[in-house]
Amino acid sequence: MGRESPRTPGLLAAREGILVQEYLVRRILFALLVMWAVATLVFLMMRAIPGDPVRALVGFEGDPAVVEQVRRNLGLDRPLPVQYVRWLAALARGDLGNSIWNRQPVRTLLLEALPRTLSLAMFSFLIAVSLALPAGIVSAVRRYSLADHALTVAAFLGLAMPDFWVGIVLIIVFSVFFQVLPAFGYEPVSRGLWAWLSHLILPAVATGTSFAAILARMTRSALLEVLREDYVRTARAKGLEERAVILQHALRNALIPVITVMGIALALLLAGAVIAENVFAIRGVGRLLIEAILNRDYPIVQGTILVIAAIFVCMNLVVDLLYAVINPRIRYV
Amino acid sequence: MSSAVTVAKVVRPHPRTAAGALLRRLLRDRRATVGLAVLVLAVLSAVFAPLLAPYDPQFQSDALFQAPSVRHWLGTDDLGRDLLSRILFGSRISLFVGITTVGLAALLGVVLGILSGYYGGWVDMLVMRYIDLQWAFPNFIIAVALVAVFGTGLENVIVAVTLAFLDDFARITRGMVLALREEDFVAAARAVGAGDRRIMLRHILPNAGSPIIVQATVSISYAILAEAGLSFLGLGVKPTTPTWGLILNDARPFFQSAWWLGIFPGLAIMLVVLSINFVGDGLRDLLDVKEYQGLHG
Repeated sequence: MGRESPRTPGLLAAREGILVQEYLVRRILFALLVMWAVATLVFLMMRAIPGDPVRALVGFEGDPAVVEQVRRNLGLDRPLPVQYVRWLAALARGDLGNSIWNRQPVRTLLLEALPRTLSLAMFSFLIAVSLALPAGIVSAVRRYSLADHALTVAAFLGLAMPDFWVGIVLIIVFSVFFQVLPAFGYEPVSRGLWAWLSHLILPAVATGTSFAAILARMTRSALLEVLREDYVRTARAKGLEERAVILQHALRNALIPVITVMGIALALLLAGAVIAENVFAIRGVGRLLIEAILNRDYPIVQGTILVIAAIFVCMNLVVDLLYAVINPRIRYV
Repeated sequence: MSSAVTVAKVVRPHPRTAAGALLRRLLRDRRATVGLAVLVLAVLSAVFAPLLAPYDPQFQSDALFQAPSVRHWLGTDDLGRDLLSRILFGSRISLFVGITTVGLAALLGVVLGILSGYYGGWVDMLVMRYIDLQWAFPNFIIAVALVAVFGTGLENVIVAVTLAFLDDFARITRGMVLALREEDFVAAARAVGAGDRRIMLRHILPNAGSPIIVQATVSISYAILAEAGLSFLGLGVKPTTPTWGLILNDARPFFQSAWWLGIFPGLAIMLVVLSINFVGDGLRDLLDVKEYQGLHG
């Protein structure tokens, strides 16, 4: 029976492989559609902002001739549909325009910021998963034990603490009192592994707290559900060690809903990174976005929102595909 | 005819007795009781902040950076303002924003969800595309993006957070309506000549209530966190208003020397969010709501 075995026999797999490809194409098309919709929305929203961006650029007492010149240079004198098509064309070339304040290309700024945000998100993902999965497993296996209760309380706290406040508390404890970890800034890996890691630990923990809490609870309830299943009883009955029952039989199936949540939570992590970057003064995408909003630097706002959207869309895609990979029963016909 | 009337009675008990019964059952849950008690205290202290606060939250004394003491229970900030008083007044904005935004989001989302689920067709398609689009992004990021467009300030924050949380309600309501639309009591109501509006408001909506109530509870805690986050980033209310996020933002340069400025406002946020989550969990168990699934899910 294909249901119990993790791998499906050849012929079926080949047929389902085609279905997976079809599914893949469909998902990618949908992702592109979402990106186009987001780009259009961003375009419209940025033009709906009250106030004249050219005036914001030149200053309100600017010479009318200069204002007109700038407007022409930015292409803002053209009709809206023309602006839209030009903007999309520029986007397709990867041209996101220039910062109003320091004239730097938005693409350059984003390329500088992205590695920081991604290392932060990935590192906090690792920390959160390596804490939350074991915690969830322990909670489920030793249900209602002291450990389970303690972990439940911890999860509730993790969900209730604002990310930025966790960051503040961590700074106060580890940077101010114990002075073991730096409170601010980012160092690239090229400066040494420890320099990179030490600057990432606190922000990563701050970013990952709520994600870890959700993940631990999800793992617990998914595993509890699965442990009631017949095949778990069968595995026990045939004399498998409890460890093998949990890790090889139960966990694999329990992970399916957990992975869905991971996708949502990865998005949460990036949102958390936006805040953590601002707490820990890391010049990542999130800090870029907030500074640009406060400076009314609209090209940067546009660019960062689009990049963040692209990251989310890609991650949703990855999760959908992982979903199909981990559960051979799901082939998205 | 009588059967339709009976059904209507069964599914829609008197609102006051229903709420009372729900509360009584909720109080059997220890965690929910604790949460509810803390919440009532928080709301009371927000309402009576002018009476409870030992000082005017804007009053600047000479006592700068005082650590917690008998005179200033939670210490003072860089301008000599009493932290306890500021946190008490801050709770007004946090709770107000949390409740109004979720109230508005629930209202608009439920209307969208009902229309979309009940009528189907192009209304449904439009609403679903919108929900799908927003579903792809975390609410907080959407709120930040909207504030980028609307600008900062209390009203804009309320609009941004409302819009960011709207899709959750639309999705849940739509799912419920799709499940309920085919139920016998709806057919019965239609058979005795009830119009669309009556069926939607009187027959479908009350039965879709449980998941919406649970979602609203959860959303309030997230909305409070969102407002705090926005204020902390400087994207929230005006700088002079004391709110929890803003107090923390103001304190950023001083964490090294004045730890209490970094700790207590966050504790206040955590306590309120925690108690709302306790109540939400209790309600979820009580109303037997499984996330995002219809009656038959």
